[in-house]
Amino acid sequence: MKAWKYIGLRLITWALVIWIGVTFVFIIPRLFPSNPVENMISRITAMSGTMDAIQVEALRRQLRVQFGLDGSLWEQYTTYIKNGLFGFNFGPSLMNYPTPVGEIIGRYLPYTLFLSVTSVIIAWTIGNFIGLLAGFRKNKRSSKILEGIAITIYPIPYFILALVLQIVFGFLLGWFPMTANILTTAKDRGVFFASLLRNSVLPALSLLLVGTGWWIISMKSLSSSIAEEDFVQYARYRGLSERRIGASYVLRNSIISQVTALALSLGGVFNGSLITEIVFNYPGVGKLIQQAILSSDYNMILGTITISIIAIATATLVADLIYPFIDPRIRYS
Amino acid sequence: MKVFWSNAGFRLKVGIFALVFFLVLGYIVPLFPHVDPIIYNTYPKNLKPNAVNWLGTTALGQDIFWLLVESLRNSILIGLIVATIGTTVGIFIGLLSGFLGGFWDRALMVLTDTFVVIPSLPILILMTSLMKGQAGILLLALTLGLFAWAWPARQVRSMALTLKERDFIQTAWFSGEGAIQTIFTEILPFVWTWALSNFMNAVLVAIASESSLAVLGLSPANLPTLGNMIQWARERNAILLKQWNWIGPPVILTILLFIGLFLLITGYNDYQTRKRGR
Amino acid sequence: MLKLENLSASYQTLYGDVDVVKNVSFEIYENEIFGIAGESGCGKTTLLKALYDIVVYPLVIKGGRVVLSGVKDGKPFEYQTGNIRKAWWNNISYIPQAAQSVLNPITRLKNQFLDSITPENGAKEDKAQTLKRVEDYLVELDLSPDVLNAFPFQLSGGMRQRAIIALATFMSPSVILADEPTTALDVVVQRGILMMLTRLQRQNKNTLVIVSHDMGVHYQIADRIGIMYSGSFVELGKTADIFEDPVHPYTIMLIGALPRIGDTRRKTGIPGRPPDLKNPPPGCRFAPRCPHAFERCTKEVPAFIEVMPGRFAACHLLENGGRVNG
Repeated sequence: MKAWKYIGLRLITWALVIWIGVTFVFIIPRLFPSNPVENMISRITAMSGTMDAIQVEALRRQLRVQFGLDGSLWEQYTTYIKNGLFGFNFGPSLMNYPTPVGEIIGRYLPYTLFLSVTSVIIAWTIGNFIGLLAGFRKNKRSSKILEGIAITIYPIPYFILALVLQIVFGFLLGWFPMTANILTTAKDRGVFFASLLRNSVLPALSLLLVGTGWWIISMKSLSSSIAEEDFVQYARYRGLSERRIGASYVLRNSIISQVTALALSLGGVFNGSLITEIVFNYPGVGKLIQQAILSSDYNMILGTITISIIAIATATLVADLIYPFIDPRIRYS
Repeated sequence: MKVFWSNAGFRLKVGIFALVFFLVLGYIVPLFPHVDPIIYNTYPKNLKPNAVNWLGTTALGQDIFWLLVESLRNSILIGLIVATIGTTVGIFIGLLSGFLGGFWDRALMVLTDTFVVIPSLPILILMTSLMKGQAGILLLALTLGLFAWAWPARQVRSMALTLKERDFIQTAWFSGEGAIQTIFTEILPFVWTWALSNFMNAVLVAIASESSLAVLGLSPANLPTLGNMIQWARERNAILLKQWNWIGPPVILTILLFIGLFLLITGYNDYQTRKRGR
Repeated sequence: MLKLENLSASYQTLYGDVDVVKNVSFEIYENEIFGIAGESGCGKTTLLKALYDIVVYPLVIKGGRVVLSGVKDGKPFEYQTGNIRKAWWNNISYIPQAAQSVLNPITRLKNQFLDSITPENGAKEDKAQTLKRVEDYLVELDLSPDVLNAFPFQLSGGMRQRAIIALATFMSPSVILADEPTTALDVVVQRGILMMLTRLQRQNKNTLVIVSHDMGVHYQIADRIGIMYSGSFVELGKTADIFEDPVHPYTIMLIGALPRIGDTRRKTGIPGRPPDLKNPPPGCRFAPRCPHAFERCTKEVPAFIEVMPGRFAACHLLENGGRVNG
């Protein structure tokens, strides 16, 4: 009964957070004096030469509907909530008119997921492993060196790190392409995957370095405080080996919050890889967002941001819901 | 002071040294007379480092050293404004929420949670793209500040909740001290230590966000910041032309700034932990 | 059997070494319950750490050694300071203060039992069989085997302490050290725990060393007790004898301060406070608080000698068969 109440409350918060978030996204562009319909019309007239006033008026009406700018603010809002939030239908993309936004996002999404999810999981695994060693055996020289490296890399902003990697490994050493050029249309799967991997190395590395640095730092502080707990000390007095204590006492207790942090991290992949994708010209959602901004693709911006809000809110929900499964103290109280 | 210094760990010492270095470079050095580094063609283009132009000039004939100094100053300024907004608003909302409780607490927390959850970068991109690079330093800082208060608010609230239960707060409360007075005299001293390290962290986050916006060409167009300076150099192919004296200094300075301030934060936190431990 | 030979232990600090255990020599026999008593800060816990060989900087053994010897499963064994940890849990085990925090909070008790139990007959035994032995053992101790499936936070303080005692005695070690095992518990539970400890010792005929500041605990279960003051023993002997007829001035005052049934006199504590271990007084460390102190006491450290058969004490007044006139 109590569990259901907990789940219910979390679900309500989840829905509320998404609702407020998307409402925010709906309102912001309407506060600014930029009109996507007029932008589009001037683009179309520039391309197709002259158009008479009746044609322009017809086009304007049609575009207003497609951009969800038809009717009163309230009508626009309900349409956005109904079509966008519940139907994932954000209308046509402006830069690739008239392909629907959803379809384009669907094309770019796998690249972002491949790049970010792989890097997040690898970084999580390596970072926690090193962090555990550094925290559990914090007086060893190797632990101090590893932590020192983590502390030096982690604070560097994504943008700078990506740029340095690009210059060093892409330009100076020439080991990997400076900007991604994935053979997306290659017929041969092998050729495609080879180019995907080769072009993903540098972007992934920049995500990995920062990510690993963070996991090392957080795991180190978690595990070093757990290593000082009485039960770890008593396990030692009970004659358990250090390896055993590290694995089933320190690791198991400190990994709990790291698992929930992993869920949050996976929810934030759109945010996290945005800059990396742009620096390396990687064909993911981040790159898509940049293109949408450059060409004032209103529907595309709304679509991508709505999806990333839902992703993060859902990750938070998942993190809160799995917590009781991995921590018995929460489960039984 | 002497006691503080002998108790400070290696990281804190390096951090304090870095802080002083960057503040001097950003705020004392510009007091010396110099050219306006933003104006094109003050000097010949693409000069190598020399006696007059210590770091050479850009492809636009700007002096790189003074451009770097101005950029550093503006970046730090943005960081400071954003951190001030974030920390003050965060503490205010957090305390309010923690002490009012009930409906207001829940309402404020839903709002806070939303701001924690909303992906800040895309929204910042959305907002700044609507400003089309026309925003000034203050407007940019305000926009960044919009996302800087939520996390502090959450932490201050949980601090307030535990503090509220402590005896001395209850005593102050029941002895008729007003809510505002209690907060100022009894709570803030506790929050202060935390606020300082949060403040420094917020400075870093703001500088990083600004440089991210700069990559997208969304930072104010004529404002020299570390991010913009790198972006300008990138746009003019400084990498391909191997103009390391142009793109190198802002990259290296940014890296040093971040590592230095991060060491300051962790060093300060370690120092506080050890102080409490004794 | 545990033997201490001239054991000295100190904490190394910035302000110089702090001698916490000083030149302690005595034997704890097989088949006895030995109590170590004294005020907090007298070095009991440090002594216990030295006995269990938990010597971690800043604690250092300045001199002497602890010898742990005995016979297990027909085979004699001997360990001493520096390698006693090899005998942990098999030949010597440790019961900590009753606290929630000594067990891993997120695993069931059965895993923690399995962790520190080596299978019988080498590795022939599987987990289920080991667990069966543990269950049988718990039943023997009047504990429900259900505790094995519980998490530490689901058990009451007393229950948890019983489980820990079961955990510490399962491998039937010849020496068991208990550090304030009943301190955080209420009186009724305390009694149960003490009975359990006594019963286990009587059954296994092994050595139980119990450290407590509570003289009542020692009175109830200890065969012999040693009274510590400021880092060393001042008196050691059979429990009944010491309570009946304490000889050292400190013990006399300590026993005199205990409440007794039917005694309505107002109790006075011992005036003064224990010396600062960083800067101990020269001579007898109790001298500044001792009503019988004379000049020699402030200059010369009294030797710890056998003043009566089986009774040891360290006091100048007790040399050559003398007595303290309380």
